[in-house]
Amino acid sequence: MSDAAVSAPPGRSSAEVVAWLRARGVYVALGLLILFNLAFTKHFATTGTLKLNLIQVTPIVIVSLGMAMVIGTAGIDLSVGSVMALSSALVPIYLRGYNPWVSVIMCIIAGAVVGLINGVMIAIVGIQPIVATLGTLVAVHGMALVFAHGKLTEFFNSFYNTVGSGNIGPSFARVSVRILTMLVLIAVVGVIVRRSTFGRRLVAVGGNRQASVLAGLPVRSTIITVYMLCSILAAVAGVLETARSGAGNPGKLGNLMELSAITAVVVGGTPLTGGRVKILGTCFAALFLLLLGATLIRQNVPQPATLMIQAVIIVAAVFFQRERGTR
Amino acid sequence: MSTEDAVSSSATGPDATEGHAVAPSLAPDRGDRVAATIQRLAPFVVLAVTVVVGAVAFGGNFMSGATFRIILEDRVSLGLVAVGMTFVIISGGIDLSVGSVLALGAVLAAYSSVHYGPVVAVVLPLLVCSGVGLINGVLIAKGKMPSFIVTLATLLFARGFALYITDNATKIPLVKRTSGITKIGQGKISGVPVQIIVTIVVFIIAGIILNRTRSGQSVFALGGSEDAAVLMGLPVTRIKIGLYTASGFLAGLAGLITATRSLSGDPNLAPGLELQAIAAVVIGGTLLTGGAGSMSGTAAGVLLLGVIKNLITQKGTLEEYYQEVVFGAFLIVVVIAQKLLSKRQRT
Repeated sequence: MSDAAVSAPPGRSSAEVVAWLRARGVYVALGLLILFNLAFTKHFATTGTLKLNLIQVTPIVIVSLGMAMVIGTAGIDLSVGSVMALSSALVPIYLRGYNPWVSVIMCIIAGAVVGLINGVMIAIVGIQPIVATLGTLVAVHGMALVFAHGKLTEFFNSFYNTVGSGNIGPSFARVSVRILTMLVLIAVVGVIVRRSTFGRRLVAVGGNRQASVLAGLPVRSTIITVYMLCSILAAVAGVLETARSGAGNPGKLGNLMELSAITAVVVGGTPLTGGRVKILGTCFAALFLLLLGATLIRQNVPQPATLMIQAVIIVAAVFFQRERGTR
Repeated sequence: MSTEDAVSSSATGPDATEGHAVAPSLAPDRGDRVAATIQRLAPFVVLAVTVVVGAVAFGGNFMSGATFRIILEDRVSLGLVAVGMTFVIISGGIDLSVGSVLALGAVLAAYSSVHYGPVVAVVLPLLVCSGVGLINGVLIAKGKMPSFIVTLATLLFARGFALYITDNATKIPLVKRTSGITKIGQGKISGVPVQIIVTIVVFIIAGIILNRTRSGQSVFALGGSEDAAVLMGLPVTRIKIGLYTASGFLAGLAGLITATRSLSGDPNLAPGLELQAIAAVVIGGTLLTGGAGSMSGTAAGVLLLGVIKNLITQKGTLEEYYQEVVFGAFLIVVVIAQKLLSKRQRT
């Protein structure tokens, strides 16, 4: 969505058609999957199914938004799942005697701190993103378990009940809080990436860091901010997931989320080499992957096989991306 | 001579000096050389210090043959996988699939020991896991795809395959006790467990290949600059395919050993092992940017993580989760120190 060539209508020559298809691979794949479901899955075309899918995809989408920005700077953030676990550990702690908003804010602050540490290690010390965030993945996960004493902590709180499974809005258009939060965050991140100076800098840094330095862009602060945003989004996703389960469970919550998010971003068409961010592509890729898993299970494909199919799709997606890169 | 000494000293000799000789050093002054030496020796010094701390704090409870054997046995899987990871990282790549491939190897070993007999139980996991590595290598070298993504995909694929064989972990195969292959995981040769001997031998061979052979030097060249390696006429594609295949093979070997030791093929084995292996390799002084590193450093990194784990367990008052906090913090401190030292070398 961020490059001009993609938004041009498909031309007549076959090469252009192929390029058009490549750029929109996710949407085509998602469309085909929906058609398949319409034909073969009972009760698919209902608002209930749509809502369920959107509710399930929420945490992956929110984390992937941050991951897409990080990958746009040619970085990677492995610590997102641990940040979610940290939220899960902190929510029950700050619910004791405080306003529920305090716990939300504490989770966001904790996320921001983790992001700051990541950003400083990467932008100022110059450590590779994969090692720096590997360090915080392990350390933050450990801290989350220490805070929660490794236990699952159940809680009941009307605020979190609403956040987890409630609806808001006027009676004729009630929306799930989760879905609304997701849509708002997609819009915010979309505007940041496409319309703000910061978004331009982010893409510039990812495209060519040296040129950005020479052009006088604040490269370091841009990178630090991107990692902070990514961790904050992961913290929010952690709060939403904790609210949904009604318990702080840092041992499980957020496990392998980094892999899901990276997969969504890559399948959505954001190259790992940076310099481009596809927000909508990422969101629809997350939806596609979720729906694919659900469809396969609905068709009685054993669950392990869905992992194998997912692997093939990742490789195929990146293979097509590579072709586009060489053009 | 304890086996631990054997690991570090045998591997230190040949490659400690050469591993880092690749770092650019035009007319180094004394400060540079000091920094380079510190960087090279750091993993061994930290390991020695940690062992001394353990000895002082826990005395005979820690400084015992039993403890060292526990630490070493616990390091076998990580050690074998880390050897492959060292090669891959020096070449400038990464292999995230090792943990899943290990689980796949364990499942195949246990499954075949029941259905096809001991020979297949040894050969099949090694073959299939090498095959997964081969696929990694071909996609990365011929398909020109990033190693991170390819091995992420095979991570999912191998785990899915292992779960598929075991009917989503509901039918975990048990190794047939009478088949003789249990000697691999449980046997001893004059008191020393076979699995430890295998691991040490793998480390020694890997160290020799890395530092004393043309292929090993090609790996350094490839990691230093792939373009330059191509221009020099090195068979880059073949080297890369070989590296990932070797990494898959070693993960399969680790799986075979794990299965024959625990007598079962659990498809959920070794989650996150790839991250531990990367951590051990990086702590051992191998640069993730490729082009520099050593097998002896990796051995030290693997042992160091084991000693720290043991010390935390010995100090019973600490919750086990502190292990993760310490590991993570340790990794961060080490990479920051490495970065600062290598900056000192460049200026």
